[in-house]
Amino acid sequence: MKEFFDKYVILRKHNAKVAWKKAKKAKMCYAFLAPYAILFTMFYVFPVVASIYFSFTYYNILESPRFLGLNNYISLILEDDIFLMAIKNTLMIAIITGPLGYIMSFLFAWLINELPRWVRSVAVIIFYAPSIAGNCYVIFSVFFRGDAYGYVNAFLMNIGIIDTPILWFINPTYMLPICMVVILWMSLGTGFLSFVAGLQGIDKSQFEAGYMDGIKNRWQELWFITLPNMKPMLMFGAVMSITTAFGVCDVTMALCGYPSTDYAARTIVTHLFDYGFTRFEMGYACAIATILFLMMILTNKAVQYLLRRVGT
Amino acid sequence: MSKKIKEKVEKPYRKPLIKRRKPNRSVWGDIFLYIFLIFVALVMAFPIIYAVSSALKPLDELFKFPPKIFPQNPTTDNFSDLFVTMGKSWVTFSRYLFNTVWITFAGTFGHLIIASMGAFVLAKYEFPGSQGFFKVVTVAMMFTGYVTQIPNYLILNKLGWIDTYWAIIIPAFASPMGLFLMKQFMEGLPTSLIEAAKIDGATEWTVFKNIVMPNVKPAWMTLIIFSVQALWNNKAATYIYSEERKTLVYALQQIQAGGIARTGQGAAVLVVVMVVPIAIFVFSESQILETMASSGLKE
Repeated sequence: MKEFFDKYVILRKHNAKVAWKKAKKAKMCYAFLAPYAILFTMFYVFPVVASIYFSFTYYNILESPRFLGLNNYISLILEDDIFLMAIKNTLMIAIITGPLGYIMSFLFAWLINELPRWVRSVAVIIFYAPSIAGNCYVIFSVFFRGDAYGYVNAFLMNIGIIDTPILWFINPTYMLPICMVVILWMSLGTGFLSFVAGLQGIDKSQFEAGYMDGIKNRWQELWFITLPNMKPMLMFGAVMSITTAFGVCDVTMALCGYPSTDYAARTIVTHLFDYGFTRFEMGYACAIATILFLMMILTNKAVQYLLRRVGT
Repeated sequence: MSKKIKEKVEKPYRKPLIKRRKPNRSVWGDIFLYIFLIFVALVMAFPIIYAVSSALKPLDELFKFPPKIFPQNPTTDNFSDLFVTMGKSWVTFSRYLFNTVWITFAGTFGHLIIASMGAFVLAKYEFPGSQGFFKVVTVAMMFTGYVTQIPNYLILNKLGWIDTYWAIIIPAFASPMGLFLMKQFMEGLPTSLIEAAKIDGATEWTVFKNIVMPNVKPAWMTLIIFSVQALWNNKAATYIYSEERKTLVYALQQIQAGGIARTGQGAAVLVVVMVVPIAIFVFSESQILETMASSGLKE
């Protein structure tokens, strides 16, 4: 056993030496990477570590952080009713809009793939535009205005489904569903572009081989040729969908108000803002951020594990 | 650099498109799909069309009931109102516009250069830590900026950048998505090209500046669109609290809070906000799609 261990240490030392020599040779590479690496560490890696550290403390910027242990997490889960509501809302939004948006992205990318070139370009612009149109989603507050002149209300009243206008963004029953519709409208984002590009890159000869081997219709072709070829893009698209699905806050804040009636449209990120930038309870807010971080990373890993199994 | 090499580099990305009608498709299926797609496209486009048309409507048409989708007498009053009515306010509309333009321009420019430099060595050289670093970057794509917002506030506070433009610009340099896409795209460049230049005595910097960067122009556009989209729509309300440094999106919210009388102007700002990212996308669509073809996550 000891012999084995010694050998291991020698090997490790040797490897380290080789790595050091290589690193010395590659000074230029480090110089190139340094500006990005420093900023990235400063604004993406370090904050995550700091957020985990602060989540165990009470910190309000003015006083120095006071160690609390797990108290923040305990009060988040056991005492904070609104946080549980926020988790419920975020999960509802994520579970419905995440997969649905992902499937929509792939489906439309796949359907427009066979259109003639210029039609496809126009279609890509139309489908992709909502996700980069900035705050355009606030236009939905005009459609769903709460009085009888809101277009949706007027339409429903005219055809006789309802007889009093519905307060879409004040009545908790309707808030989340409408937000989901808006989020779905915006869900053909980066993943969609990746799918469109990936579909065009599939080797044509594979499809031809498919005709020879008797693939009868487009669905068989999708399952046996297209999907296996698209795996890397599917992974990338999944990362994008999950990240946006858990980060929902802009749409709910803009449409339902902040804070929303009965907290019915509160998401984890909204809760984070509330504690971080309104009440300045940074420790508590960091605990929320850490939970959100873990949720995102774990879901991503789980989905990637599942996707790796597709077609193997 | 000779023309011959350039041609050799540009070709491999452009794959021929499938033009012929595939033999195993039913005609009815195609017709049904076209109708379905047209319907969905109309639904997707409607809110945007509606926003544009309300920005062009004069006041009396905005509140007409039942509403018309297209304006009867289109005017640009709403846009000029932005400058006139808000021209008298404490912070003028043009100031908000300038803030946003400056943040977007500076952030995008720096991001493009810094991320490309990093991507170049990650894609074309192997050195200890290169793969590990790239893995960390891909993990960083898996969580949104909201997670890091509070520690970022503390860091920016320590640096004294709160309430300056740098609070938005500098973190935007390090966006993981740009580095990821750039690195994936640069891997498609033939290594022989770089080696040839090295033999001719070029330094790494010259290789990067004169050979790599001109050959990855499609990826530039992709980085630009993602960076512009993030910065142009940045509300910046958490890091910047001086009114005269706030951005367009913030102004938009103020105008919308102004109530029903400002509906037309609100729609006009909406159009100003959305027109820039969409215009960039329309003009660079083919380059962006070329880059996205290499966006897959391989494991």
